Amino acid sequence: MRIECPFCGERDVAEFTYLGDAAFRRPPADAPDLAGRYYDAVYLRENPAGPHRELWYHGSGCHAWLQVTRDTRTHEILAVRLATETPE
Amino acid sequence: MRYSIFSLLRQALTGHQGWAPAWRDAAPKPAYEVIIVGGGGHGLSTAHYLAKVHGITDVAVLEKGFIGLGNAGRNTTIIRSNYLLPGNNPFYELSMKLWEGLEQDLNYNTMVSQRGVLNLYHSDAQRDSYVRRGNAMRMHGVDAELLDARDVRRMLPFLDFGNARFPIQGGLLQPRGGTARHDAVVWGYARAASGRGVDIVQNCEVTGFLWEGGRVAGVRTSRGDIRARKIGMAVAGNTSTVAHMAGLRLPIESHVLQAFVSEAIKPLVPCVVTYGAGHFYVSQSDKGGLVFGGNIDGYNSYAQRGNLPTVEDVCESGMALMPAIGRVRVLRSWGGIMDMSMDGSPIIDRTPVAGLYLNGGWCYGGFKATPASGYCFAHLLARDEPHEVARALRLDRFAAGRLLDEKGQGPQPNLH
Ligand SMILES: Cc1cc2nc3c(=O)[nH]c(=O)nc-3n(C[C@H](O)[C@H](O)[C@H](O)COP(=O)(O)OP(=O)(O)OC[C@H]3O[C@@H](n4cnc5c(N)ncnc54)[C@H](O)[C@@H]3O)c2cc1C
Ligand SMILES: [Zn+2]
Repeated sequence: MRIECPFCGERDVAEFTYLGDAAFRRPPADAPDLAGRYYDAVYLRENPAGPHRELWYHGSGCHAWLQVTRDTRTHEILAVRLATETPE
Repeated sequence: MRYSIFSLLRQALTGHQGWAPAWRDAAPKPAYEVIIVGGGGHGLSTAHYLAKVHGITDVAVLEKGFIGLGNAGRNTTIIRSNYLLPGNNPFYELSMKLWEGLEQDLNYNTMVSQRGVLNLYHSDAQRDSYVRRGNAMRMHGVDAELLDARDVRRMLPFLDFGNARFPIQGGLLQPRGGTARHDAVVWGYARAASGRGVDIVQNCEVTGFLWEGGRVAGVRTSRGDIRARKIGMAVAGNTSTVAHMAGLRLPIESHVLQAFVSEAIKPLVPCVVTYGAGHFYVSQSDKGGLVFGGNIDGYNSYAQRGNLPTVEDVCESGMALMPAIGRVRVLRSWGGIMDMSMDGSPIIDRTPVAGLYLNGGWCYGGFKATPASGYCFAHLLARDEPHEVARALRLDRFAAGRLLDEKGQGPQPNLH
């Protein structure tokens, strides 16, 4: 598996660290049912067999956080953007 | 047919022409009392104990491919009950006790070999944590022995004791741990369950659920609709996708774990050894191959294959521990899909959907759990209440904050 970093180009997966599903959103502090919302955000995962938008950190390169869309059935990388950009 | 020395002799004298198939490859009936989704070790052992312990034989095990081609046939076959937490330990110890009587129970040679599982430690801090775990095991009546470097050297003289960075200081040994033959476990359970009337249905993929008044009433499959009063999921790496068909999201991620086997060599490794300074575990099969593995690759995956950095990492760890294997060639490597839970421990519980039961989250330790998992899941399906030793393996423990996090890693599945 190789990830095409927007700064460093195509690099071996060993240079990156995986965090997980990029869908994580911290619930707003004034949300109703805050405990339930946190349970959902911290523990529950979509875990799809197919395209998955996920966070990778380029630790052996530019130190950027990336959002990578990858097919979990084939490991094919479909898109790479900076984590700070809005998803496609 | 009962297997014994006499049946073997009779067959030997008649040219082995009379062996009957070990189990029945059934066609699905329109309805059952209980359906188990997934014909891996856990699904089949559940069926066996449902029939044997609870007398429930109107059961079908639905398998999308062939039985035992999932993780049950891909694992490194290590069995042990060397757990720290009181919520886990009695469960795995029940499993160990069932392993110890499994061949008699199933009348099948599952090649359970209690050759010992040795976890090496390489620092004072690691020794202290192993002492703590060993004491916890002993308090639960599980065997545990702390070895120093001299003891380890006597058992495994070929390890790299002179390693300057990670010297081997000793190990925590569970003498009753060891290995079992994974395929034989699948076939033994299938044969025993089938013999009591359970239908094992292959090439039957569950693609959805049938509903009736808000509860599940059956499954849609590639071989037609099948109805049942109770449905148990035991699909390991596919737990999230099957649960999704019932509208459930679970505290699980699917990850790929690789394993390796070398060419056969003369007897070298007498027990299961795990390296404490990297992730590497090894045992030697009866054929002579070194069977070994390490960490999961670390990213979500449903592909039953991994990537090369993990191969390199596992082999480096192996070389750091036992340089003597440097010229042994790797024959094969492969991968399986782990249902990694958010705290690294499994779930055996009802789900919020009436009629639907969950057995999952086995991470990469589910082979050793095969007997107890089936025993406790059968108990839950038959009586609608958890078995005593599986009380902590609840689905709501994440919401309630009663996690079973052996490693203390937090909700990050690729670190468990
Ligand atoms: C490389 C590797 C090494 C391992 N090493 C060890 C070890 O040393 N010790 C240990 O204790 N554990 C180990 N494990 C973990 C262990 O193998 C698993 O936790 C355990 O086998 C999972 O339970 P199972 O046997 O029921 O799974 P599986 O054999 O995977 O059974 C699940 C079955 O469900 C079927 N299925 C999925 N979806 C559907 C559907 N929609 N409809 C019908 N059927 C479906 C699958 O085809 C599969 O046959 C290892 C795993 C791997 C991959
Ligand atoms: Zn980069």
